[in-house]
Amino acid sequence: MKKLIKLEINGENFDLAVEPTAYLIDVIRESVGLTGTKKGCGIGDCGACTVLIDGRPALSCITLAVACTGKAITTIEGLSKGTELHPVQRAFIDKGAVQCGFCTPGMVLSSKALLDENPHPSQDEIKTALAGNLCRCTGYAKIVEAVEHAGQLLSGEVTHEQA
Amino acid sequence: MSKHDFDVIGKDQKRKDGPKKVKGEHEFADDIQFPMMLHGRIKRSDIAHARIISIDTSKAEALAGVKAVLIGSETPIKYGIVPQMPTEYALAHQKVRFYGEPVAAVAAVDPETAERALDLIEIEYEALPVYTTPEQALAEGAVKIHEDNKFPGNIAYEADQNFGDVDEAFKNSHYVLEKVFKTSYVNHVFMEPHCAVSKFDTNGELFIWSTTQIPHYLHTHLAKVLQMDMNKIHVKVTGVGGGFGGKGEVSNNELISALLARKAGRPVKVLYSRKDVFLQHRGRHPIEMRVKVGVDKEGMITGIDYNGTMDGGSYGGWGLVILFYTAAMLHLPYNVRNVRFYARRIYTNKPTCGAMRGLGGVQPRFALESLLDQIAIDIGMSPYELKKKNAIGLSHETVSGQVVRHSEFRKCLDQAVANSGYLEKHGKLPFGKGIGLAGGYYISGTAYTLYMAYKPHSSAMIRVDNESGVTVYCGATDIGQGSDTVLGMMAAEKFGLPFESIHVVSGDTSLAPFDLGTFASRVTVAAGSAVCKAADNVLEKLKPVAAIQLGVSTDQLEARQGKIYSVFEKSKEIDFWKVVEKYIDAHGPLTATGNYTPPRRTGNFKGANIGHSPTYGFSAQCTEVDIDIETGEVRVIRVTEAGDCGQPINPVSVEGQVEGSIVMGMGQALFEELKVGKDGRLLNPSLHDYKVPTATDIPELKTTFVDSYDPDSPFGAKEAGEGPIQPVIPAIFNAVYDAIGVRFTEMPITPEKVLRALDEKKKQEGMQS
Repeated sequence: MKKLIKLEINGENFDLAVEPTAYLIDVIRESVGLTGTKKGCGIGDCGACTVLIDGRPALSCITLAVACTGKAITTIEGLSKGTELHPVQRAFIDKGAVQCGFCTPGMVLSSKALLDENPHPSQDEIKTALAGNLCRCTGYAKIVEAVEHAGQLLSGEVTHEQA
Repeated sequence: MSKHDFDVIGKDQKRKDGPKKVKGEHEFADDIQFPMMLHGRIKRSDIAHARIISIDTSKAEALAGVKAVLIGSETPIKYGIVPQMPTEYALAHQKVRFYGEPVAAVAAVDPETAERALDLIEIEYEALPVYTTPEQALAEGAVKIHEDNKFPGNIAYEADQNFGDVDEAFKNSHYVLEKVFKTSYVNHVFMEPHCAVSKFDTNGELFIWSTTQIPHYLHTHLAKVLQMDMNKIHVKVTGVGGGFGGKGEVSNNELISALLARKAGRPVKVLYSRKDVFLQHRGRHPIEMRVKVGVDKEGMITGIDYNGTMDGGSYGGWGLVILFYTAAMLHLPYNVRNVRFYARRIYTNKPTCGAMRGLGGVQPRFALESLLDQIAIDIGMSPYELKKKNAIGLSHETVSGQVVRHSEFRKCLDQAVANSGYLEKHGKLPFGKGIGLAGGYYISGTAYTLYMAYKPHSSAMIRVDNESGVTVYCGATDIGQGSDTVLGMMAAEKFGLPFESIHVVSGDTSLAPFDLGTFASRVTVAAGSAVCKAADNVLEKLKPVAAIQLGVSTDQLEARQGKIYSVFEKSKEIDFWKVVEKYIDAHGPLTATGNYTPPRRTGNFKGANIGHSPTYGFSAQCTEVDIDIETGEVRVIRVTEAGDCGQPINPVSVEGQVEGSIVMGMGQALFEELKVGKDGRLLNPSLHDYKVPTATDIPELKTTFVDSYDPDSPFGAKEAGEGPIQPVIPAIFNAVYDAIGVRFTEMPITPEKVLRALDEKKKQEGMQS
């Protein structure tokens, strides 16, 4: 029996009929139609499905949709303003941290959450914050570099043009 | 870096798909939705080896929401990526050969209904003995896994190659060392699971969107299995979330989605779970190799003897090709004149092994680089000195006839050793810390197609007009490595236009001209050559027009920075787009094609076609490890790499390939391994239990390019995506030896193995003292 719920996703309210057992990722991808959130394993191991719930990274493939009412959900689609990219997104492009792009949305969101809390993370802090996001293409080196760079972009130490 | 003066090539370019990817807008197959689309799910066997007695689908068919049910007897057409040896079916036919083999499939209105229907399918099996190791499969009286297999028992293929006189060479050697090496059963773990969406239009033409490295071979397989004309099938490659070879073979879900779509008369998506990905597998072959190497007093290699048994899993796949690549990749990058090779690939009741990054090279490199390290130490020579002495020069012809037209491998060794301080560290670090050196190489494309054909391996068409700009059409497939960017950069350099202005249409069998696909590190050289030739042919048409406009001869014209101008008199210049306009006004549409066929080299022995490549890339690595003597944990702390990829086209992308290779290889060296139960069941088919490296595992990565330019390659380029994985594993093993004096010969080096080895070592030392 489906339940009627209201979810706030990227600042917009959605009235949705969902099974009580439905996972957030499936509701986001199938019912709402935001396909930027990726499913790499379905059991919370790879981090591709990362979204932000009240600003903190969460694995949407093991989070029940009904548990998310009254919370602010941010998906990758909610990060940029139109064509204007978030500094973390900009940094991923500038530093060559994107290859196949499948882990990227989750990586970007985990990185954003880290920088919101800790604007000047050390390399070890970055690695720890991203330990739940698997990437098989890059070997992580350029991702770590991108997050460091994003921190500098956010604090205004460098500008995008200097990248 | 290079003496060549380029505007675009060799400069870090931001890939055009970057913004889409960071915004989650890059379209992967699972992002595709069609009206009326059904979801397909696959019923897999719960037995590893059995005859199928009966399949009852009636209850599944009766379930509301189920639109089609399919079983193997409806599609009894065998296929295989090596078309001469087809062994597989879209759905198991008469027999199942591994635990989890697709037996039936359902298309339903939603995934939940499809999954419910799977539970209603009743299958009766007659169990057969299960063989999970080559040893069991080769035992006397073992049941044949493939009854029509032409080799004895469960040998899928066997072959030998003999060059020079190995026995004589060993007889005259100063030192000969023999060891048995075992490699592990590992999966690619690309992040995006397989997914395909099939849709028939009202004219009966099939459109399939899939995450594949090989749209052309998928095209041929669909035509065969669905018994359709190729011209009625359109393969469209979606975003590919990593492949590493695992999407370099047709996957059951692709065929099943098309078969279900035809049967149901509606679009069907078949998405794999992560477990399905592990069952589809096609990962690296575990090989048990007995390898013997001899050297003379100077440390020059006198001969190599290789005897390998490959665990192939249940089907043929790329196996036969990989077997011969293992032969070809045994001795390079060293000059060896006496080589004996014997290998057999064995069928076992496990998910099938296949092509994985650096196929054919990784296992023999592990053995060879380990042996050479040990030999050098045993004869009192630095491993660097021994490897440098034996390294091939700038060009080389192997004893098996492979022609290496360009190699800077010696520079790779020198640079990696210098940058890492190897000579100051090796043999001198405190117990528990070590440094290891290894080298490797890889092909930049193959010499032959998988079926007999003389057509070009790559072709490209370029269209230039004042409305749409420059569009490069090429069937090459960007699987995340950035080939679209590389091809666009080459066209930009040729035309003297900004890279951002070039459009690339790829990975589509209807829109783009023929290309074999993304495997064997072939795209930059093969598709790149085709694009360069097409661009040259466009310029060939434009230059006479510019020449008349400028009043100079055609041969002094060059296209650069948006102009076509005389190299002798720069003031004689005309805007590129003005020339395009004049050309089209006079002649009509401006298009040109280019194509590329590699040199067709061969020899007079079995497998002689395999191993030849237009050109080869090289890599050397010095890897430092720190071993926790208490816990046995091996940590790779620094990898210093020097690579010869010719001229790097997009350096930032090459670095990405090298860094990704190193971390992937480290996973196989230290912890990755698929475990199989006695009943053939995979014990760890999840990313929870099958561990891949995370960000916290990575070492410091110091990657550099050696100065290199292959004059016969497009813009001097060679491969970069598979050569760098070759030295990773042996460099780690050699570093572990340097750290604790234990020569491991079996992957992965787990903490348990380290502790056991240290205990053993202590006992032996105790006995000696």
